[in-house]
Amino acid sequence: MSQTVAESTAQDSKVQTIKPASPWRLAFKQLLKNKFAVGGLVVLVLMFLICFIGPFFSPYSLETMNIRNGNKPPNAAHWLGTDNLGRDILLRVMLAGRVSLLVGLVAMMISVAIGSTLGALAGYYRGWVDSIIMRLADIMMSIPSLPLLIILGAVLSDMKVPPDKRIYVVMFLLGFMSWPSLARLVRGQILMLREQEFMQAAEVLGLRDRRKIFRHLLPNTIPIIIVVATLMVAGAILQESVLSYLGLGVVPPTPSWGNMITAANNLIDFQKRPWLWVPPGVCIFFTVIAINVIGDGLRDVLDPKMKR
Amino acid sequence: MSQQPLLEVDNLKKYFPIQGGIFSRTVGHVRAVDGVSFSLNKGEALGLVGESGCGKSTTGRTILRLLDKTDGKVLFKGTEIHDLSRKDLRKMRPKMQLVFQDPYSSLNPRIKIGDAIGEALVDHGIASKNDIRDRVKEILTICGLAPYHIDRYPHEFSGGQRQRIGIARALIMNPEFIVADEPVSALDVSIQAQIINLLSDLQEQKNLTYLFISHDLSVVEHLCNRIGVMYLGSLVEMAPRDELFKQPLHPYTQALLSAIPVPDPTKKPERIVLQGDIPSPANPPSGCKFHTRCPFATDICKQAVPEYRDVGSNHYVACHLV
Repeated sequence: MSQTVAESTAQDSKVQTIKPASPWRLAFKQLLKNKFAVGGLVVLVLMFLICFIGPFFSPYSLETMNIRNGNKPPNAAHWLGTDNLGRDILLRVMLAGRVSLLVGLVAMMISVAIGSTLGALAGYYRGWVDSIIMRLADIMMSIPSLPLLIILGAVLSDMKVPPDKRIYVVMFLLGFMSWPSLARLVRGQILMLREQEFMQAAEVLGLRDRRKIFRHLLPNTIPIIIVVATLMVAGAILQESVLSYLGLGVVPPTPSWGNMITAANNLIDFQKRPWLWVPPGVCIFFTVIAINVIGDGLRDVLDPKMKR
Repeated sequence: MSQQPLLEVDNLKKYFPIQGGIFSRTVGHVRAVDGVSFSLNKGEALGLVGESGCGKSTTGRTILRLLDKTDGKVLFKGTEIHDLSRKDLRKMRPKMQLVFQDPYSSLNPRIKIGDAIGEALVDHGIASKNDIRDRVKEILTICGLAPYHIDRYPHEFSGGQRQRIGIARALIMNPEFIVADEPVSALDVSIQAQIINLLSDLQEQKNLTYLFISHDLSVVEHLCNRIGVMYLGSLVEMAPRDELFKQPLHPYTQALLSAIPVPDPTKKPERIVLQGDIPSPANPPSGCKFHTRCPFATDICKQAVPEYRDVGSNHYVACHLV
């Protein structure tokens, strides 16, 4: 008998040293079993490394122009060739990637911050708070976003916002346009969660509303927020590309994948100089696919109800 | 004794509206709690028993103002709980706690149990952040858990351990009054005994007052010194434990008591089997609510509501035939 007691205490002390198996750790382990998601993760990490560290190894700089060396196809000195002003395409693709990825991430964060907070408030307080927030979301969702973004972009051009500040405006615009869908999802989850017994326990303990919303309710919606946020990054990168392609988003000289593709507008460039527009196109394609695949993988892991 | 009771419940009613029709008008009410009165002194443990759907839990939750009352009074130390402002109610909360039936859904799966137990102290500003871990460890030990459990998540515990966590969470606020809403009915029998012993030890140590809700008379017998029997939203009988078990006056109580299994195979149980189902609380029978199933029902039971009255030695009953 005493032996079993000793054993169990030994076991206990062993258990003690093992880190608590948090739900996140378990979820991440499961994600690693999904080959597509791992592939997406690898592509995305590579993309980040190339865009954020790559430029430091480039012998060229964004400003150096050499018109005599313009429009050269890929060669040993310029791996992806040069554009009409003789700038290195590889360097521009990498720097454009910084801009595009950053726009995607920041737009997502803005959208998540607005969407999850408003969704949580609507779901927790219900009544008129809910009505106001959800009608606002309905209005936002019933406005076609692309025409609106084009108009806003045109207004920006009219207001002569300096090119280097435009990135921030674009980030904010994209973030502000995409919060309603997340707010709806979060609200639905909160409506369900607030009826759970642990919320009654929180009420009996007399916790403040702030704690109930941000410590008890929102953390339980994080799986869904993560999935949606991941897909939002892809969406924001795409939308930024579209806007920039139309000349309404990030404008030259700041490079972005979208405004680099503008080269394809020119028939000669389109037919004879594919190195101008293929690399940024390929980057957008792979980044967006990678993020979407990761998003789907996360959805399978974090949101078991959505499983096929 | 002229001492003021800790809790006074007077003619408490809780009706839930039934909505129907195209415009979701209120077409009726479910009378979940229909005129319940009792008082509880400090250190007492009152058991509330009755079959499923008779309004036991609703009574407990309305007393704690998790639900708004329809009518009646709930006085806690002389203060009407349902008249308090949100701010005053929040201050009052720590003194009245609830232990839940389901140990699984009553703990937030994403919060470590140490935080779950200690957070109310932070939120009310009762203890500083440094003291909290010590206090949580102390209360974990009192409730039969180990201090190193503090950083674990709820899914790492068994049902019985989770119930202990729920009790610890209620206790750390140093409450005077605890409503235990079927705290053991989700646990298996050996664990039930442990939890009941824990609750009874805690009552002795901290001079707690319990309102213990259960559908199991043998569980209540162990812990409570007074027992109330509910049927269809009303109390039909309330008496000190021994009195109730020795001399049940209401036919419903007699039927309930006869249903307790006796662990003696030579003894032939004399069971009183009630006929029919419990009537709908949306449309309760006239007169005595129990008359549809009562083996002794007479004409007066169908017409007049029996008075809930004292028949001596703190024994209350609502029956025409007593």
